[in-house]
Amino acid sequence: MIPAAFDYVRAGSLDEALKLLSKHGDDAKLLAGGHSLLPAMKLRLAQPKVLIDIGRLSELNYIREEGGKIAIGPLTTHFEIESSSLLRDKCPLLPEVAGHIGDVQVRNRGTIGGSIVHADPAADWPAAILALDAEMEVAGPKGRRTIPASSFFVDMLQSAVQPGEILSAIRVLTTPKTVAYEKFAQKASGFAICGVAVVVEAGAARIGITGVSGKAYRATAAESTLRGKFSASLIPGASQKAAQGVDALSDIHASAEYRSHLAGVLTRRALERALARA
Amino acid sequence: MAKTKEAAPQGYVGRAIKRVEDPRLIKGIATYVDDMTLPGLLHAAILRSPHAHAKLKSIKTDAAKKLAGVVAVLTGADVNDKLGTIPCAAPMPDQKSPAHTVLAGNRVYFVGHPVAVVVAKDKTIARDALDLIEVDYDALPAVVDMEKALEKGAALAHPELGTNQAYKWSLAGGDVDAEFKKADKIVKARMRHQRLIPMAMEPRGCVALWHAGEGTLTLWTSTQVPHLVRTLLPGLVHVPENKTRIVAPEVGGGFGSKLNLYAEEVLVSHLAIRLNAPVKWIEGRRENATSTIHGRDQIGDYEVAVKKDGTLLAIRSHTLADMGAYLQLLTPAIPTLTGLMITGCYKFKAMRMDVTAVHTNKMATDAYRGAGRPEAIYAIERLVDLVADDLGLDPLDVRLKNLPKPSEFPFKTATGLSYDSGNYQGALKKCQELADYKGLLKQRDAARKAGKLFGIGLSTYVEICALGPSKIMAAGGWEWGCVRIEISGKVTVITGATPHGQGQETSFAQIVADRLGVPMEDVVVMRGDTAVAHFGRDTYGSRATAIGGTAIVMSIDKIIAKTKILAAALLKTSPKNVEYKPGLFYDKKKPKNSIGWGKLAGEAYIAKNLPPNFEPGLEASSFFEPPNCTFPFGTHIVAVEIDPDTGRTKILKYVGVDDCGNQINPLLVEGQVQGGIAHSLGQVFFENCVYDESGQLLTGEFMDYAIPRAGDIPDYVLGSTVTPSPSNPLGVKGIGEAGTIGSTPALSNAVHDALSPLGIRHLDVPLTPEKVWRAIRDAKGGKR
Repeated sequence: MIPAAFDYVRAGSLDEALKLLSKHGDDAKLLAGGHSLLPAMKLRLAQPKVLIDIGRLSELNYIREEGGKIAIGPLTTHFEIESSSLLRDKCPLLPEVAGHIGDVQVRNRGTIGGSIVHADPAADWPAAILALDAEMEVAGPKGRRTIPASSFFVDMLQSAVQPGEILSAIRVLTTPKTVAYEKFAQKASGFAICGVAVVVEAGAARIGITGVSGKAYRATAAESTLRGKFSASLIPGASQKAAQGVDALSDIHASAEYRSHLAGVLTRRALERALARA
Repeated sequence: MAKTKEAAPQGYVGRAIKRVEDPRLIKGIATYVDDMTLPGLLHAAILRSPHAHAKLKSIKTDAAKKLAGVVAVLTGADVNDKLGTIPCAAPMPDQKSPAHTVLAGNRVYFVGHPVAVVVAKDKTIARDALDLIEVDYDALPAVVDMEKALEKGAALAHPELGTNQAYKWSLAGGDVDAEFKKADKIVKARMRHQRLIPMAMEPRGCVALWHAGEGTLTLWTSTQVPHLVRTLLPGLVHVPENKTRIVAPEVGGGFGSKLNLYAEEVLVSHLAIRLNAPVKWIEGRRENATSTIHGRDQIGDYEVAVKKDGTLLAIRSHTLADMGAYLQLLTPAIPTLTGLMITGCYKFKAMRMDVTAVHTNKMATDAYRGAGRPEAIYAIERLVDLVADDLGLDPLDVRLKNLPKPSEFPFKTATGLSYDSGNYQGALKKCQELADYKGLLKQRDAARKAGKLFGIGLSTYVEICALGPSKIMAAGGWEWGCVRIEISGKVTVITGATPHGQGQETSFAQIVADRLGVPMEDVVVMRGDTAVAHFGRDTYGSRATAIGGTAIVMSIDKIIAKTKILAAALLKTSPKNVEYKPGLFYDKKKPKNSIGWGKLAGEAYIAKNLPPNFEPGLEASSFFEPPNCTFPFGTHIVAVEIDPDTGRTKILKYVGVDDCGNQINPLLVEGQVQGGIAHSLGQVFFENCVYDESGQLLTGEFMDYAIPRAGDIPDYVLGSTVTPSPSNPLGVKGIGEAGTIGSTPALSNAVHDALSPLGIRHLDVPLTPEKVWRAIRDAKGGKR
């Protein structure tokens, strides 16, 4: 459990971090909360030559209202989101999801930005990012660009953030209280075998599902069953489509069949709970 | 200390006193092996096989040796012929097992098999050097499945043995065939007791110090059994026993996994001698998962002959037991304990158990909390429920019908054991009361009417503890203890039983303080160092209090007898007039003429006023050889509800009543039961050691191997009954493993009861949500 040797540099600003990234290229990894990277390094599954520590960049750690949206700095910890009164009031899905991540120590160190850029297929945040239809802003050598949630999660452990880029902001719209997150955790790791985040508004639902397949996805078949005619009686039927067309994962913790089944069960439960909050 | 010794508070025994060990553990100021440091300490790291079975074609160590800070890189060719092989203390007749060299020879036989060792100036360099060793492996077919291993033409785990069968063993009592002929029904079941990884919080580790001038070896090692290590290690590293000192400092969990002599302990000792420098090795978590013993891994085919009124006649079992690649200290003995206890707490007239033990290319199995008895009690308690199901009887009635009455003790079992004492009906009744069993039955009726999967599970267990009389043990089943009243009047107790977290620093102090009439705070219990505890057989099989505690009581009796003579001289009376009550010797003719330990201790050591021929000092030591094992028992009742959509089980109520004889400290008893139940929760609901078909361990991290966490533990209702053991003067039995043994079947029976309306008869543990969900779905599908 001893990592291979590496150099460590601490960036004093986002600009400096970008310069360091371009200088070190593929040899470098960004260190934020370190909760995915450091365990991989201890097992020597990751052996970066340089760690660029961005963990103390206060310019990337905030939760604030910005032009009708809520902007969240990527270095905001899970606990800061869990305990944010602004989010509880205006985007309650995020604090609810945060409470399902790891344990208190993990939530105190791990960051939302580190998690979503890592794009672990069983992480909790991707379900919420999709259900909220969030947008991600990344900073790179050529300036800033915005990536919608729908194209952010590219593949297993691969997000749309390119080499040389750093996630600089996450923006979400405010939602009503009719949201919910249902999770069935893998017993050992606590990661999601299936996690379903839902936002019910304007007679429709957005459903983000994590853990089931190689990347988190929107349950579009289930959503379209409900669109414009959302009602409690339609929930069971819609939920059955939660894994429709999805290539589910199978491993020692759960078969593809069980994951797909859970997607249906948890979608139903999440929708029912969200509706009950209306 | 407000109270004087003469007026010491009495009645420590039986009180729930907080553990004196805990403050240092909670504050993080206890000393574990990895806290040890020595001048010039070197660090070892071990290269382990990534293959389950392979030929070692070549090992190139040049690059590793050249790394700055590396002191030595050694392979099997460098060390094996200089060292003995790892011993098994319990080989079976006609056993076919491989010689277990310290490092791999020309083959590796399991993932994690030590191949080479690096010694370096710090642990980082040692770890880096491992990546520079080049090993050319020629992978061979791995034997992973113990059933397939016995098929004709199966690949061989150890080709040189010509077979995968390690041994066959049988135990029989009574006329099995005759009883089966009398049966109205034969209830059959096949059960798998899955492989488990003990996962002690502290992995293994050791520090070896060689004193070249004295020719002495000191090994600090995270072990349950420093005395057994001292018995076994000297011959392997060629250092005389009386120049070998083994120290087990604080040990962060063992559960049987540190009841062993491991290759690494031999290797690190050798390195210290060879390099003439102290060497430390600390196991990583993944190493711990691959290379520290595993538990369970039996498959049993069981048949029970019963009368239609539920009378149990006989039980027969064919059991397969996976030994793994090598035999560790007690590997072959574990299934024999299953055989001894297979009749549980029931009046079977006959039994037969045939064990076939199998070698595979996996880590060795060995003793793990319960060691063979959990398999037996799990099997019989599930079987009794199946008997009840098949005969349409209440599982409670079947149990009551077959339990021996209190008047039938000592109770001879069909397996040949003599259960020392028991009141099984008493524990059952108390558990029913605490559980409000009738209320639970009503709750179940109501829940089932509402379409819920609600189940009640029961187990009435007995287990064998306080191992044991030397005639049944490999190398002595006695225990040693020493009590010394110091010149200051403080009391030093030394036990050879090596408690390592079970709390005997507290409970032994309670026993001693009561008998000597001194404050508990004045008693120190020392353990774990063979230079301090000169003899010992250590802790396993819930033996420390019953056997080790008795050795201490015997020593106190010797001191009191001796001190009467001194007291008589000082009281100017005859020894026959001196009487003792805790803390005080007095003249029975003039009771006010008395003297206490403080004055007596001073006189005994200053030695100016001793009677003729009186040896100075107040110290005595004793060996206690137990006449029998002890047999704790109890009843556990569990209520669960299963979520049919996910298959997840929720524990609604957990009630246990355990009888471990007299209790020295009920808080320690309850703590042991709680911890034991936690282990059961793991086994019943999620723990599972998984190797893939090529012999790769898929559950070698806490990311994949689930162990119980605080949030998994239900609110327990725990009670007890007290049926003293006649096997020792304390009347105690042992409680370290009872929780695990009693609760595994109770939890499983509850799940099966919940599933019974669907016609689901038996599922093997672990009863994971997916497994339960599939069973429910398949059962419902079948009804359509």
